[in-house]
Amino acid sequence: MLSDTVRTVSGCSLDELNMEALCAGELTAEDFRISGETLRRQADAAEAAGYWQLAENLRRAAELTAISNQEVFDMYKALRPNRSTYDELITLADHLENDLDAPLTAAFVREAAEVYQKRGILRNS
Amino acid sequence: MDSPLDPSPSLRIEDGVVVEMDGVRREEFDLLDHFIAKHALNLDVARGVMKTPSREIARMLVDINVPRSTILELASGCTPAKLVDIAQQMSVLEMMMGLAKMRARRTPANQAHVTNRKEHPALLAADAAEAALRGFAEVETTVGVARYAPLNALSVLVGSQTGRGGVLTQCAVEEAVNLRLGFKGLTSYSETLSVYGTEDAFMDGDDTPWSKAFLGAAYASRGVKTRYTSGTGAAALMGHSEGKSMLYLEARCLLVTHGAGSQGTQNGSISCIALPESLPGGVRVVLAENLIAMMLGLEVASGNDALASHSEMRKSAKLMLQFIPGTDFITSGYGAIPRYDNMFSGGNFDVTELDDWYVLQRDMQVDGGLVPVREEEVLRVRERAARAIQAVFNAFGFPLISEAEIEAAITAYSSEDMPDRDRVADIEAAHKLLGGPLTAIEVIKALEEAGFHDVAANILEMQRQRVIGDYLQPSAIFGDDFQVLSALTDPNDYQGPGTGYRVEGKRWSALQNLPQAWDPRTYLEGFGAAQGEIWLEGIGPARQGDQPEVVIALGPAFGAQIDHTIGGLDHRDVLSAMLQGIQDEGIPARVVRIHHTSDCAFIGYAGAQLSGSGVAIGIQSKGTTVIHQRGLAPLDNLELFSQAPNLDLDTYRQIGRNAARYATGQPTTPVPGKIDNTVRLRLFVQTTLLHLRETQQVERDRPPTELRVCLKGKCYA
Repeated sequence: MLSDTVRTVSGCSLDELNMEALCAGELTAEDFRISGETLRRQADAAEAAGYWQLAENLRRAAELTAISNQEVFDMYKALRPNRSTYDELITLADHLENDLDAPLTAAFVREAAEVYQKRGILRNS
Repeated sequence: MDSPLDPSPSLRIEDGVVVEMDGVRREEFDLLDHFIAKHALNLDVARGVMKTPSREIARMLVDINVPRSTILELASGCTPAKLVDIAQQMSVLEMMMGLAKMRARRTPANQAHVTNRKEHPALLAADAAEAALRGFAEVETTVGVARYAPLNALSVLVGSQTGRGGVLTQCAVEEAVNLRLGFKGLTSYSETLSVYGTEDAFMDGDDTPWSKAFLGAAYASRGVKTRYTSGTGAAALMGHSEGKSMLYLEARCLLVTHGAGSQGTQNGSISCIALPESLPGGVRVVLAENLIAMMLGLEVASGNDALASHSEMRKSAKLMLQFIPGTDFITSGYGAIPRYDNMFSGGNFDVTELDDWYVLQRDMQVDGGLVPVREEEVLRVRERAARAIQAVFNAFGFPLISEAEIEAAITAYSSEDMPDRDRVADIEAAHKLLGGPLTAIEVIKALEEAGFHDVAANILEMQRQRVIGDYLQPSAIFGDDFQVLSALTDPNDYQGPGTGYRVEGKRWSALQNLPQAWDPRTYLEGFGAAQGEIWLEGIGPARQGDQPEVVIALGPAFGAQIDHTIGGLDHRDVLSAMLQGIQDEGIPARVVRIHHTSDCAFIGYAGAQLSGSGVAIGIQSKGTTVIHQRGLAPLDNLELFSQAPNLDLDTYRQIGRNAARYATGQPTTPVPGKIDNTVRLRLFVQTTLLHLRETQQVERDRPPTELRVCLKGKCYA
């Protein structure tokens, strides 16, 4: 990938991620977060090379860049077996779609809710 | 590899939806079936490929005219049972051909395990630095006590980036902790995402294909490379095999992995290897699972990590299945530490076997992912890594690492050589690191301020690479100067001889450059011309004897261009011992030099023709000796002493005595020989070099010379 076009989540260019700025306390871990845009470009590259499942994964990842660590942990937990009710998963999907601009992940969670229901691995209310 | 309960391959698609797969109707799909049908299968391809005979696809796998891309396309439409059916058509040799072609990255690599029982940070850092120097592309650590995870991740990060910038590191612990370590920038990859071949086993792992896939996306969203892990035997071990074969269940795992969008997998039975090793054809199955993973386009860290057998022969033979064709990571964890300290339950190979690995690379001109190192360099990076982690601990206010600990870490073989630390205090520091605000950024700052500029710069570059994300593509590692080598930038293009990855040029020179290899030129310097006084003097053409006597016939370089035997005996002492032996029996001896041959039998043969009694001793400069007699064919003899290194002066004297007894027609007991069957192995190269030097002195047309021998003030002529 052309590194001069890369921007982090916080909007930094690669040139700005240097030792002087780091030691001056101008950078935090947040400034070293990969951006959704970069991940989508990586997804395009993967797809062009024939790796379309990896591309889908990277597009879901792009959506998660805007979500806090804690919320990502909580979503992971909700998807583990027998953790959520059907309604909770659907609510999560709606939240992803409507509030977090994450339609791909939302669809993925909805799909899980349907299969979990069929296989009986939802939490009993 | 097969079970009567394994289904036959089948696929029915209605209105773009899979309604039956491998004999199971959609209504009866379990979690894995649903996931595979939805995410793993390329339905456009599936219709055609499911009708193609498996043998035809198997043949394409070994056909050098069929490129990797064609196989990837076909495999994208295969159900689990179809993939198994293809692999079943193939022998291990054919599967190895498949690996050579289907491996995603052109350049093979290797991964190290770095752990120790005391979870000692300075030792972890030093061992990680050494592993990085040796060329491991990834370094994985884990814990004895789970709460140590952040400190171990930190130590291995700092150590690895001291040894060589760009080494990917991870700490294998519970998923949630693992994720937090990745988010903090303390690790750069994760291969803890385990998947299982049945629904019940998956549930015991407390995950579903969807939760795992979400986790994979979560890692990627923070720029962390991930690889799933699975392998034959896991579902069986968990009691949930449903009577299906290990390979069929593994094919399901791999399709879940592929469907989830993982760039790769760690497979090859991994920690369950003892199970396939106990079954007929089990090792073939393990190879088949590597091949199926590669057919799906996955990066493969191909096992050879857990202890597979007590037999060194079986372990090495099994390794060759991946070592020779090459995989993305030939071992998914080579113990770069003693087995005693391996917290991944032992390890198949360990640090004491690294020299063997290097020699195997040199023997076969195969790249096993490692480069030979020099001891000075190892000591230098070990010390620097230990001091770097000391500096970080200082800056963070963690329990100090003392000078005694640094000193011990530089040369420690195992954690038994390390001072004990206050484990309560270390665990408290670990807790602070995981729960508090400290991240890789503070690590970089601490190192930079303490003067470890190169280490700080390397860790900073790892963080910058995380922002670029090129190493999220399949099979990515960092080469020199953080250059990403992946299936996109370095795709495997093997299509038979002259194509694909070749060990040549600078890399081949590097792999040959073993510290223990010696230069043959320096060996021969030690065999220079005889020092001191001239003790052998030519006095004219050798005469024909006519009295009872023993002739000693010397090789062309004896006592001249070569002055001692391969056994280290001075030629003067050797000749003196033989002359003494002949004298013991009371008959005269005569010494001649043979010029026209360097062959022991022909030297003795020539001597016998000159001897008045017909008996002669022939001796080469390296010490090989024969007792010959006129009338015998050149290659026949009375006694032959072919293993020169086993001969001592006493034996040479007995040889002289026996020759004299033959010359006087007395009954003679052959000289008892000492036999050491390792001599040929140990000294073959030296023998070759010495014999070459003697052969260089041969003058084909020159007749033998009569010699005057002066030893200890006494002359024989």
